[in-house]
Amino acid sequence: MPQITLHPAWLRLTHWVNAVSVLVMIGSGWQVYNASPIFPALRFPAAITLGGWLGGALLWHFAFMWLLVGNFVLYLGLNLATGRLCRKMLPLTPRSLFLDFYAALRGKLAHDNLSHYNAVQKFAYLAVILDIVVLVLSGLAVWKSVQFPLLRELMGGFDTARVVHFFAMTFLVMFFIVHVAMVMLVPRSLLAMIRGH
Amino acid sequence: MSLKRTRDTDERPAALDADSIIKDARRELAAPMRRLFGKRILTLGSLALLSGCELKDDSSVNTMLKRISFFNDDVQGWLFDPRKLAPTYPESMITRPFPFNAFYDIDDVPTVDPAGYRLKISGLVRGKRLWTLPELHALPQTSQVTRHICIEGWSAIGKWGGTPFSSFLKYAGADLGAKYVAFQCADEYSTSIDMPTALHPQTLLTFTYDGALLPPKYGFPMKLRMPTKLGYKNPKHIVEIIVTNTYPGGYWENQGYNWFGGA
Repeated sequence: MPQITLHPAWLRLTHWVNAVSVLVMIGSGWQVYNASPIFPALRFPAAITLGGWLGGALLWHFAFMWLLVGNFVLYLGLNLATGRLCRKMLPLTPRSLFLDFYAALRGKLAHDNLSHYNAVQKFAYLAVILDIVVLVLSGLAVWKSVQFPLLRELMGGFDTARVVHFFAMTFLVMFFIVHVAMVMLVPRSLLAMIRGH
Repeated sequence: MSLKRTRDTDERPAALDADSIIKDARRELAAPMRRLFGKRILTLGSLALLSGCELKDDSSVNTMLKRISFFNDDVQGWLFDPRKLAPTYPESMITRPFPFNAFYDIDDVPTVDPAGYRLKISGLVRGKRLWTLPELHALPQTSQVTRHICIEGWSAIGKWGGTPFSSFLKYAGADLGAKYVAFQCADEYSTSIDMPTALHPQTLLTFTYDGALLPPKYGFPMKLRMPTKLGYKNPKHIVEIIVTNTYPGGYWENQGYNWFGGA
């Protein structure tokens, strides 16, 4: 049986590096959030945070941000350069998205063909790429609000940039939950992301 | 991958059933995949074990993170534009009441006797080394309404008045080519900053808050106010200023907060 490589090595590598950096960024980010919650009713249990205290969490956050961004640039750059992004994610029409989403709601949407993404998958993967861009830019606005005035104003000021950062994180977490649930339904996709086929 | 082989070959199927072969192959594939999936979950679980742990638990991780933090100091020093100003706000936007914040309770705010107070300036300075409060108050004064950004994430707008720190360093004959300016405070707090930030036009040695003499809770008799840095870099109740080329650290910095702490 000929083996078709579904995911090239660079894609698998950047996927897993991204997975690790995203987990570290979220865990440490939750600890940082707890120091001054945007929503007083919402605090993250210490057991699911990283860093132990605010100072420790910030060390993790400001270390792994380099890995996240560096890896993301590599991922996006190779995806664009090889034409994989266009090949895999396009075309994506509102009609196909609507039909596939409706089918998904009725439990009739197939997502077990690893070489082809349905419209909902295409949308989710493109959305999470965009979400990481928003996360990085809002994070940069929070970290360096004085040095990047244009970015700060684009995010609606320092305080609003924090809120944008929070909701971009929320979207990423929701994506993560759905993504892992889908992988559990089609375990073959996990193997494909590890060994390529 | 090894396929199962049937030992008794007496009965050879006349034609291979493609569908059932694929079905079998799928079933074979599924088993190791589930195991692998379980292993991966375990790996995620071991990553989760890192959660909630203290930095000091693992010194090599600690060392790596600290090193990257020092690297981030360099990045921020490089990003810092000495001419770029932090935004200023109208007085109507001042946060009232402006939050009290320190590493201790408001009841433990130090009381400084204004009559006996002397600001000491030491290290790489050639000029006057002891300053009384009237002498400091006699320096040219200005004020600004800026945003105080706390490392915890909250921010508040306040109005501070005082003398540009760059002018004060010049009056004191400080070596402006030195790397660091360090601060010792009446509440045992300490911190230190880079010289470019010390010379930034918005860095003020402040004696007033919102037009009135700086109250004890906001740092009487003086606070160094830098809207280009996070709150913990803005020392209150300063009693000594040291100009030095030796890395001085600080109260929070020595516990893990990033040293540059720029905004």
